[in-house]
Amino acid sequence: MARQIYEAIADGILVGGVYALMAVGLTLIFGVLDIINIAQGVLVILGAYLSYSLSTKMHIDLFVGLLITIPAMFVIGTAVHWLFIRRLRDRERVSMTLLVTYAVALIIEGILYAVYGPNYVELNASYVTSSVHLLGFYLPYIYIYGFILAVVLVVALYLLLYRSRFGRSVRATMQDETAARLVGIDVNRVSAITFGIGVAVTAVGGMVYGATSGGFNPNSGYDLISRLLAIVILGGLGSIGGALAASVFMLTLESLVDIWSPNWAIVVFYAALVLVLVIRPTGFLGRKAVRAQ
Amino acid sequence: MSVNSGLAARAGGLVAAAAAAIAFPYVFTNPVVTNYGVYAMIFVAVVSAWNIFSGYSGYISLGHAVFFGSGAYAAGIACRDWHIQGEEIFAMLPLAAATGAVIAVPFGLVALRVRRHTFIVITIAFFFIFQLMAYNFSFTGGSTGVAAPFLTWPAQTYNNPFYFMALATAAATIALSWLIRRSRFGLQLRAIRDDEDRARGLGVRPMRVKLSAFVLSAAITALAGGIWFYYLTQVQPPSGFDPLFDLTVVLMAFLGGFGSVAGPVLGALVIEPGQLWLTARYTNDYLAEILLGALFLVVVLFLPRGVIPTGSELITKLRTRGRPAVIPATAIARQETDAPAGSGASSGGLK
Repeated sequence: MARQIYEAIADGILVGGVYALMAVGLTLIFGVLDIINIAQGVLVILGAYLSYSLSTKMHIDLFVGLLITIPAMFVIGTAVHWLFIRRLRDRERVSMTLLVTYAVALIIEGILYAVYGPNYVELNASYVTSSVHLLGFYLPYIYIYGFILAVVLVVALYLLLYRSRFGRSVRATMQDETAARLVGIDVNRVSAITFGIGVAVTAVGGMVYGATSGGFNPNSGYDLISRLLAIVILGGLGSIGGALAASVFMLTLESLVDIWSPNWAIVVFYAALVLVLVIRPTGFLGRKAVRAQ
Repeated sequence: MSVNSGLAARAGGLVAAAAAAIAFPYVFTNPVVTNYGVYAMIFVAVVSAWNIFSGYSGYISLGHAVFFGSGAYAAGIACRDWHIQGEEIFAMLPLAAATGAVIAVPFGLVALRVRRHTFIVITIAFFFIFQLMAYNFSFTGGSTGVAAPFLTWPAQTYNNPFYFMALATAAATIALSWLIRRSRFGLQLRAIRDDEDRARGLGVRPMRVKLSAFVLSAAITALAGGIWFYYLTQVQPPSGFDPLFDLTVVLMAFLGGFGSVAGPVLGALVIEPGQLWLTARYTNDYLAEILLGALFLVVVLFLPRGVIPTGSELITKLRTRGRPAVIPATAIARQETDAPAGSGASSGGLK
């Protein structure tokens, strides 16, 4: 029993790292543009399918393939922003952008169905199937590699946001768009790049998700986006640290409940969200916390 | 004079619409066509009910499938466990509505504490909790769901009673929506939509008002869910609690005109038969999905306030062209009530 619990915690932390990466993209987009990108879930699946095509059709290694999929997803992200999001500046943005990104999600899902069909597929590589014996557990290499990559990227994002000139203009836009405009920041450009970065991380998230989730199809995006939304709301919208903490917390909780009953694990996931919000409507780390950093 | 003629025109239009709706199954006797009618009326009721809460208060609910599915399950489980058969099953419809209302109270008490994005996400979370519960509990029948008792009605006119049931629900909901819009309650809801904190300062009790609208909306949605279940004779977790349902309802409301009385009706009447026709015409679902998404984008980008408000604005413009700048007070009032998504909305109109 104790062994199972340790294993569940290790599992929760490793998978939580990957979810953190996807959630950071979502929360970053929220923080800068004040919108929730409902398409994030299906974009992760799109990233997974891109990796799938590269590895099965062109025999490119999953991790090497990221060098192609990350820029591709960045371009898709900026294109979505430029085509649809940008046009919704001063109207009822909250609900409108939600609907627009939902519509984008539907279209991408439909295209994925048309191209790949409804069958479940899985990403395969030698390190997906083989495991390493570590501290008494058997862990597939992909979990460890994925976790390391996720941590590296989250740290890189953090440095980009808090230690670079671009990051400063992003944070300025997060705090007060009008003031940022007044001091000469090109808010449109910052928004487009942020949206692109937020979407680009789904390439990595999608690859690791595709290799660890045990199969995905175009419909998997719904499950993913609802988990990601729960994570970013729990962490506090716009807070990167909160997204990290909430990912690890939620995934660990889920894998712990999974020992007792796999059927109820995901219910507990959402119930935890509701419970936390009853006590603390702003989540673990509200936006004020991230601003103070 | 113009006010009276306008009223008369409106009343005449209403009578004509009602007559057309009643005559519909007698004119088009083909069950394939009346099937479209049944679904369209169910969605008219649901979208109008959704609009009573979300349209008037500005809180976008993406969780109304919770009530729709719960109504369907309540209607089904009651018949199954109490061995109700034949036409008596319809006596369970009030129970379906009550189930929706009862679920809406704790749901609303939790979700309505937060606004805007967080509210939307909480409704999605509730939606998933309910879908998963329907899968996991034994009394909901797991993934096989619940089946309705068999009705021994002739196939040719089988749809008609369902059509009239759905029509009656839809008509009652529209009437209710209209009454609420004109009432003090409706005014309080719209005050919350424009600025909740200021509304509180003016003596509106936001929680009470929001929760009342939420519960009312939920009860009607659950009732429609019950009718839908008896018509379809079965419900499974993914069909009763369908994420596309939530989205379609929102799209219908936005297409017609979010927050108006007639808008949701128009949206449902256009989109639901269109969607059914598309799925029947092209067997692959993804085409319908892509088209739905594209339609969504077109509506949001080009008709962000819906067909009805944009249209009525256009008509007002045409009418007042070349006239003196004095506009009758009633016309201003009507313009204001017909175009609620206007100025107030940009200043935090949506919660």
